Amino acid sequence: MIPANFNYHKVTSVKEAIALSTELGEEAKYMSGGHSLLPMMKLRFATPEHIIDISKIEGLSYIKEDGDMLKIGAMTTQTEMEHNDLLKENYPIMGDAIWLTADPSVRNVGTLGGNIAHGDAANDQPALMLAMRATVVAEGADGTKSIPIDEFFHGFYMTALEPSDVLTEIQIPKAKKGSGGAYVKIERKVGDYATAGVAVHVELDDNGVCQQIGIGLTNVSAVPMRLERGEEVLRGQTITDELIAQVGKIASEDCEPESDLRGSEAYKRSVVDTITKRMLNKALERARQ
Amino acid sequence: MFKCKTSPEVGGMGHSVKRKEDARFLHGKGNYVDDVKLPGQLMMVMVRSPYAYAKIKSINKEKALAIPGVLAVITGYDLKEFNLHWMPTLLSDTQMVLPTDTVMHQSQEVCAVIATDRYIAVDGAEAVEVDYEPMKALVDPYKALDDDAPLLRPDKEGQEDNQIYHWEKGDRAKTDDVIAKADVVVKERVYLPRIHVASIETCGCNASYDKDTKKLTVYLTTQAPHAIRTIVALVAGHVGLSEEKIRVIAPDIGGGFGGKVPVYPAYVVAIAATFLIGKPVKWIEDRSENLVNGFARDYHMDCELAATKDGKIQAFKVSTLADHGYTDSSANPSKFPTGMFSICTGSYDYEHAFAELDAVYTNKAPGGVAYRCSFRVTEAVHAIERMVDKLAAEIKMDPAEIRFKNFIKKEQFPYASPLGWNYDSGDYKQTLEKAMEMIGYDDYKKEQAEKRAQGKLMGIGICTFTEVVGAGPSKDFDILGIAMFDSAEIRVHPTGKALARFGTKSQGQGHETTYAQILAEELGIPYTDIEIDEGDTDTAPYGLGTYASRSTPTAGAAAAMAARKLKDKGRKIAAHLLEVSEEDIEWEVGKYFVKGAPEKSKTIQDVAFAAYTNIPPGMEPGFEATHYYDPPNLTFPNGAYICVVEVEEETGAIDVKRFVAIDDCGNVINPMIVEGQVHGGLTQGIAPAMYEGIVYDDEGNVLNGTLMDYLVPTAVESPHWETGHTITPSPHHPLGAKGVAESPTVGAPPAIANAIIDALYPLGIKHLDIPITPDKVWDAIQVAKAKA
Amino acid sequence: MGKHNVTMTINGESVTAEVDSRLLLVHFIRENLDLTGTHIGCDTSNCGACTIMLDGKSIKSCTYLTVRADGANITTIEGVAAEGTNSHLQQAFHDQHGLHCGFCTPGMIIRSMDLLKTNPNPTEEEIRWGISGNLCRCTGYNNIVKSVQQAATEMAKEKEASV
Ligand SMILES: Cc1cc2nc3c(=O)[nH]c(=O)nc-3n(C[C@H](O)[C@H](O)[C@H](O)COP(=O)(O)OP(=O)(O)OC[C@H]3O[C@@H](n4cnc5c(N)ncnc54)[C@H](O)[C@@H]3O)c2cc1C
Ligand code: FES
Ligand code: FES
Repeated sequence: MIPANFNYHKVTSVKEAIALSTELGEEAKYMSGGHSLLPMMKLRFATPEHIIDISKIEGLSYIKEDGDMLKIGAMTTQTEMEHNDLLKENYPIMGDAIWLTADPSVRNVGTLGGNIAHGDAANDQPALMLAMRATVVAEGADGTKSIPIDEFFHGFYMTALEPSDVLTEIQIPKAKKGSGGAYVKIERKVGDYATAGVAVHVELDDNGVCQQIGIGLTNVSAVPMRLERGEEVLRGQTITDELIAQVGKIASEDCEPESDLRGSEAYKRSVVDTITKRMLNKALERARQ
Repeated sequence: MFKCKTSPEVGGMGHSVKRKEDARFLHGKGNYVDDVKLPGQLMMVMVRSPYAYAKIKSINKEKALAIPGVLAVITGYDLKEFNLHWMPTLLSDTQMVLPTDTVMHQSQEVCAVIATDRYIAVDGAEAVEVDYEPMKALVDPYKALDDDAPLLRPDKEGQEDNQIYHWEKGDRAKTDDVIAKADVVVKERVYLPRIHVASIETCGCNASYDKDTKKLTVYLTTQAPHAIRTIVALVAGHVGLSEEKIRVIAPDIGGGFGGKVPVYPAYVVAIAATFLIGKPVKWIEDRSENLVNGFARDYHMDCELAATKDGKIQAFKVSTLADHGYTDSSANPSKFPTGMFSICTGSYDYEHAFAELDAVYTNKAPGGVAYRCSFRVTEAVHAIERMVDKLAAEIKMDPAEIRFKNFIKKEQFPYASPLGWNYDSGDYKQTLEKAMEMIGYDDYKKEQAEKRAQGKLMGIGICTFTEVVGAGPSKDFDILGIAMFDSAEIRVHPTGKALARFGTKSQGQGHETTYAQILAEELGIPYTDIEIDEGDTDTAPYGLGTYASRSTPTAGAAAAMAARKLKDKGRKIAAHLLEVSEEDIEWEVGKYFVKGAPEKSKTIQDVAFAAYTNIPPGMEPGFEATHYYDPPNLTFPNGAYICVVEVEEETGAIDVKRFVAIDDCGNVINPMIVEGQVHGGLTQGIAPAMYEGIVYDDEGNVLNGTLMDYLVPTAVESPHWETGHTITPSPHHPLGAKGVAESPTVGAPPAIANAIIDALYPLGIKHLDIPITPDKVWDAIQVAKAKA
Repeated sequence: MGKHNVTMTINGESVTAEVDSRLLLVHFIRENLDLTGTHIGCDTSNCGACTIMLDGKSIKSCTYLTVRADGANITTIEGVAAEGTNSHLQQAFHDQHGLHCGFCTPGMIIRSMDLLKTNPNPTEEEIRWGISGNLCRCTGYNNIVKSVQQAATEMAKEKEASV
């Protein structure tokens, strides 16, 4: 399997990338890790005429807390995230997800930005971002934009990014006391894309009342999906087993899985119910620590 | 237990010496087919059909030929000029090399593009324009014999429907009668799905024809180089390729497992291409081509097992529907269209059995390879082992107890099975006892009772199988008429070092080590002093190759027999050197000595030297021997496997807690290698049991034709295997060995399936076909609950 | 179709070449440089037979453009140890019978090198997950796990001796 011909361009700054992309137009594609894009090109599902390599742009690989935000550079690889002490310490949901994403060699190359920009509901990071209420920061011909994650995913492989926009940073509200998150996916074997995945982020006040809650689902809808109806049930409440059960049920109702090689629609709905409950419990447990 | 006769330095049988072949692989110096690069190398890529069944209206080569570097596009019409567009299969069916009018399965070869480079060839293949007229594909084998089914093979004279053949064995009337009168009869349709060997190296070839010498050299991913040479000569003899001018070289092979026995159409096209162009043409399959073309299993088996109410088995009947795709290209011995399927009566002693099989055509890829199994033994064992468990559950008897009750007893060997096999040896009771002890069967039974009381799903599964390997006695077994013997040729050099050549071909089994150990055992020459060579038809003696666990039973025996010929000659030489008569010479590993005077001796090395320097008068010089071994019988390795699983009711998730495998493969040549073979086979057993299966949609499209969706287990899915063995030597094999590598692939799937179904039994689930995946379990639980 | 000059260090030697945009690194290594120890098993980034070390990290070279490796430092199986010697991992795979057909072995060894660098003392479970992007159809993995364990032990011993 060999990609069709294309022209490769290396850029070393975001500006240069945007200028080149604007010049080359629709037939140009950015490549960061290339571990979503190149496999599609090898299968000839994608045949861009130009590849603009943005992986050599310096300064887009970092993980830091800044003010009340956690900021991760778009070019940070999943391996860098896996071994980062700050994430290990305060954002265990990241470790949950990355451990279950692809395999270590893929994670050595695949980037956080690419995982999100790909706009694929089968990828794991979108659900996390939805749950954690991330903001996507991008640079484009018209300057810097901050896109709330709820407005980011538009359709199958479609996002709010213009073709020449470079995703530069992900911002996530900083973990505070009383917050916790968890992610799990059911997979047919290790390294597989999710049969179904659930990300939960919860914030409790001192009395254990749920102040903020985010639930994101992986690969059970065409577009990465936030479980808003479920979140509403929990927000402002002291979370009980009954409420958790109710949200599990809502998740199984609201998701939109299709029957395929990963299982029947009914199976996927049932699994979503189960793992939503499990992740709510796990996130709560972490929030209460 | 087996006692070693040689020192570790000599490294004969029973020593776990490290493998001699490792170094090149560890340093990246293995030489696989794709690594062979010849001067003027061209590359070939196949254009393949997107449809399962379609008329080809036209093939337009122009755009492809316009690409710089594309040298040729070869179609069925081009081959037809040489009458090379069809070829025979091993079972007297016919297969298209390239089609002229119709494609019969998705991904079938349509034409070939030859170019100066791999990338250009791929572009060329993309540029070929083929106009298809799709037709409604026949996908369901149960519909193949319907009146309104399309006749798939009108090209075959006399073929009026889609049935390929009917086969049967045993006494139908008597078996039916016993079943009708039995206390208990359990029935089930057991399906073994299409799977693929998925060796990590795909298939490929590099064919090179020299127009001056008229010699064709083909580097090929093949497990049977000599057979392929003969087949090429038979298929292409009429265009001037005669057998002495054909050299097939199987270099290092990256896993075979039966998938590298067949002749794939692209091999023939590559040969035709080099013949026409006069430059070497290489074709390397990509993974999707590999997974979608060729298969193993695909047997639908309707089973009935009859017994008395206290669990004594009385009769077994199995009626099978076999889906062969559009041609029967099973790699079976000629007289055994269903391979050794009639081993399906298992390890149990009863009188009546009947097996029948109908093979049909469908619009699927051909194959029917013996995937790490001696021709359909996996199917047979799965059927009987599932049924024995079902019977045990039905009469509420412990699955171990029912097996003990019915085992063929040690004293009954040689045992004539109801369907005509002559089992050589075994001690089934001891083997199962050992497995039960190793896993702690009684404790698990207790734990299971406790868990069940808490509503948890835990299962224990047993499989006690009997394999039949080592084809074969040549009176019964042949491939395209060529008898299934195998060969060894030994040359001992003047300095006492040796070179031995074989008609088999290792694909990872470690022949370079184990054959040297057999010779070390017989001759006392250290295994490190013996070079092993296989795979080149210009140098190796003729043999039928490595598959069906036949290397040890046949070529291993040939090695021992050739060595014994040498030993006899050596005795004469030793007598000459020691100036005594031959009768006064005795042998002890590595040396001859004078009876009663052991200080008067000559080593095998001394004797070898003398064979070239101090030859007894009248004797032929040299120290070489060749033997073609035709086994008197097959060998019957067996084993007892036990698996413990837990199933999560909510999600259907299956956790394999323990897996113990006890194998009896007779005397063991290298325990380390045997254990490694068992580990590998077990992972290839859990694969179809829980993960793999080729899935077709209603149009005949394969839905999981990449390793993204064809789920080859990783190190995480593969449990930590626990292994052990018992030894019942084969009475008729010169080394008492039986062959092992396939037992685990045969034995593991039913053990795992039995364990999972045992776990689900309290919910009322009595059978599931493999692969048993969490979603399948979950679906079954919902159905069972709805019923309850 | 763009052409690009690339220079990289492979197994300690500098190589310069002109390559097409689309040339996959695995083909460059195998066909342009004749380093055929790196294999192709799947074409879809699933099997790991093509694993090489790029700037100290294991990557799947079938999913990497050669042009992007401009300036990189690459190690393939041929460069893991000096000619005629074994690295701890190579020795361990030999001792523990961690290979049968050998086709997956180069990728397994390179991947395990990276694994032991980031986690010098892995548990059996961590080893199994750590090599989960590398398929082996022959060994059933038991002995590969043992090989990695042996190498970890030997490397720890060596480290201890050197301090
Ligand atoms: C075998 C295998 C298994 C995998 N399994 C999983 C899995 O289980 N879960 C999972 O989540 N992922 C999985 N992946 C995907 C992997 O995580 C990818 O690496 C990741 O999703 C994409 O990152 P990338 O940097 O490689 O993106 P690329 O492939 O470089 O890009 C992907 C898309 O995003 C665009 N893009 C990339 N970066 C930017 C940017 N900064 N600005 C604007 N656009 C950009 C590209 O133009 C392209 O359209 C798997 C990949 C492989 C090969
Ligand atoms: S060939 Fe690269 S991962 Fe399989
Ligand atoms: S040793 Fe053959 S694939 Fe691993």
